[in-house]
Amino acid sequence: MSREIQLRDAIREAMSEEMRRDESVFLMGEEVAEYNGAYKVSKGMLDEFGAKRVIDTPIAELGFAGIGVGAAMNGLKPIVEFMTWNFAVLAFDQIVNNAAKTLSQSAGAFSCPIVFRGPSGSAGQLAQQHSQTFEAWLANCPGLKVISCIDPYDTKGLMKSAIRDNDPICFMESESSYGFTGIVPEEEYLIPIGKAAIRREGTDVTLVSFNKMMIEVNTAADELAKEGISAEVIDLRTIRPLDHHTIVESVKKTNRIVVVDESWPFAGVSAEIAYEVQKYAFDYLDAPVVRVNSADVSLPYAPTLVSEYLPNPRKIIQAVKSVMYQKA
Amino acid sequence: MAPVATKKKAKSGNKSKVSKKTYLEWYTLMLRIRKFEERALMMYGQQKIRGFCHVYIGQEAVAAGIESAITKDDCIVTAYRQHGIAIGRGVSSDAAMAELYGKETGVNKGKGGSMHFFSKEHNYFGGNGIVGAQIPIGAGIAFAEKYRDTKNLCVTMFGDGAARQGALHEAFNMSMAWKLPVLYICENNGYAMGTSVERTSNVPDIYKLGLGYEMPCEAVDGMDPEAVHNAISKAAAHIRAGKGPYFLEIKTYRYKGHSVSDPGKYRSKDEVKEYKDRDPINVLEKKLIKEKMATEAAIKKIKDAVKAEVDQAVKFAEESSFPDASELYTDNYLQDDYPFLT
Repeated sequence: MSREIQLRDAIREAMSEEMRRDESVFLMGEEVAEYNGAYKVSKGMLDEFGAKRVIDTPIAELGFAGIGVGAAMNGLKPIVEFMTWNFAVLAFDQIVNNAAKTLSQSAGAFSCPIVFRGPSGSAGQLAQQHSQTFEAWLANCPGLKVISCIDPYDTKGLMKSAIRDNDPICFMESESSYGFTGIVPEEEYLIPIGKAAIRREGTDVTLVSFNKMMIEVNTAADELAKEGISAEVIDLRTIRPLDHHTIVESVKKTNRIVVVDESWPFAGVSAEIAYEVQKYAFDYLDAPVVRVNSADVSLPYAPTLVSEYLPNPRKIIQAVKSVMYQKA
Repeated sequence: MAPVATKKKAKSGNKSKVSKKTYLEWYTLMLRIRKFEERALMMYGQQKIRGFCHVYIGQEAVAAGIESAITKDDCIVTAYRQHGIAIGRGVSSDAAMAELYGKETGVNKGKGGSMHFFSKEHNYFGGNGIVGAQIPIGAGIAFAEKYRDTKNLCVTMFGDGAARQGALHEAFNMSMAWKLPVLYICENNGYAMGTSVERTSNVPDIYKLGLGYEMPCEAVDGMDPEAVHNAISKAAAHIRAGKGPYFLEIKTYRYKGHSVSDPGKYRSKDEVKEYKDRDPINVLEKKLIKEKMATEAAIKKIKDAVKAEVDQAVKFAEESSFPDASELYTDNYLQDDYPFLT
């Protein structure tokens, strides 16, 4: 049996199922328990699992991330929620210097099976400090795995895989997409980490994206189809390890690629994909790799500036036409 | 500015009866750590050991007093001045020296070096190289013990420099709110690298940082293993009774610089001499003989055994191999087919 549920429900189901399955899994973060989650992701979990396993923290990201790391080193499987990844910057020391490096610096003596999760990216007019994406920052660091998706079916399956995985994982959700709905079966399933999904098959151009930019890409692909342009759409889902294979095989078929990435352009996920495509599909390309990113600036508050900053279907269609040498 | 253990009267904790066996164990452990590190410094001078190397010389009474007061099921996490703590936990001199050499037989296969020894079998959660980062980690280790309902505690050690990091305050706050079984120990050796404690804060008495969280806290003379042992025994009993964290500021001194590259010119010769005159190994050696707990011959026998152990450790490290280049890609992920970029 399947039903339509929201992204927030999919994440909660994944966490709850894994907590029923494994006593060592627990959830901690700001407002996760009594408030039922800042975005109601953990609604009802305190009632089911109790205060031992669903833990409200003070506003102390560095401290509770470190407590999560220590608990993971000592045999537990923490899920550490950040109200947004913007606040997780305070905890990057624990994520980058400890979680990511525990296995290496202890030469395998200690592991750090932990999931750091929360929303990433812009969410309306939240201005400079509350609108950033961190996939590229964290995916740069060996030792971590980075997942970023909003499709409820994928997110549930990937969250369950992430909680079961024994490596440290950064899981990026989307504040403005927690109400995004999808069809999710009631039966248990897992989605493997590190595999992209082909959302729509096409022949003329490959569109690659992830997280909520998938919504923009799908809209663009619909519009392009009306104009007779067949786009193949790939949802990366996992950023590290990146599924280069699926991207490269698609480009070999379409000979053109546009990468849509909410991150800033410099040294980001889009740059990494462009490198891999030129390396492994150079002879198949009929046009340079083009990317559509957020603007290379801090995101201001005014609605006109937010609109100008973000990728959107218009910009994506324009980019597709440029790689097809068509007039926009 | 002399920071000092002796000038302010530090409490020595509750008196408890210490057996001759324990005095001899303290003496032996302190001597093993001292001689191991003196030899490590020598081998560093010969460029056999590279990288950063922070020695514990002068602070050995802390390691000794901790180990006699807790169990091997308890956990310890500390910072990067950690050879002595690891040896106290039970890491062999062979494995420790080989790690300093970067050899595959090292306690962490040559991957951690001087700052990062870890040993799961000894409940040793490592040497952490980021000042203060291990403070919340220690709270987390204790969190897991409480979660599993054990009686074990986590000794979470840091230096006076780390006492000024925000991570300390976040960990103190949460571990008190949640009554975690954690024993915080600040090894105050007087200097955060070259900056004296008095220059880092309006509150030079570091133990007082516990007061803001209503955490039981006191200062301890760290040049005396018995004082350390007694203070920790008392704190551990409090923690094991389920009453939550305890904080000890253990006033100690490092005879050497911050690291091998630091000549320590920010301190006076008189200040260093003052501490060396109270050297825990020399003081205890005199006590053992004076109180007839050991003969001169027995002491010599211990010294000979320690020298042989260190000689053997160097031989072991010298004869061991560096890790094979293929080891570069191991121990980064537990996933065995992780697709590294090449």
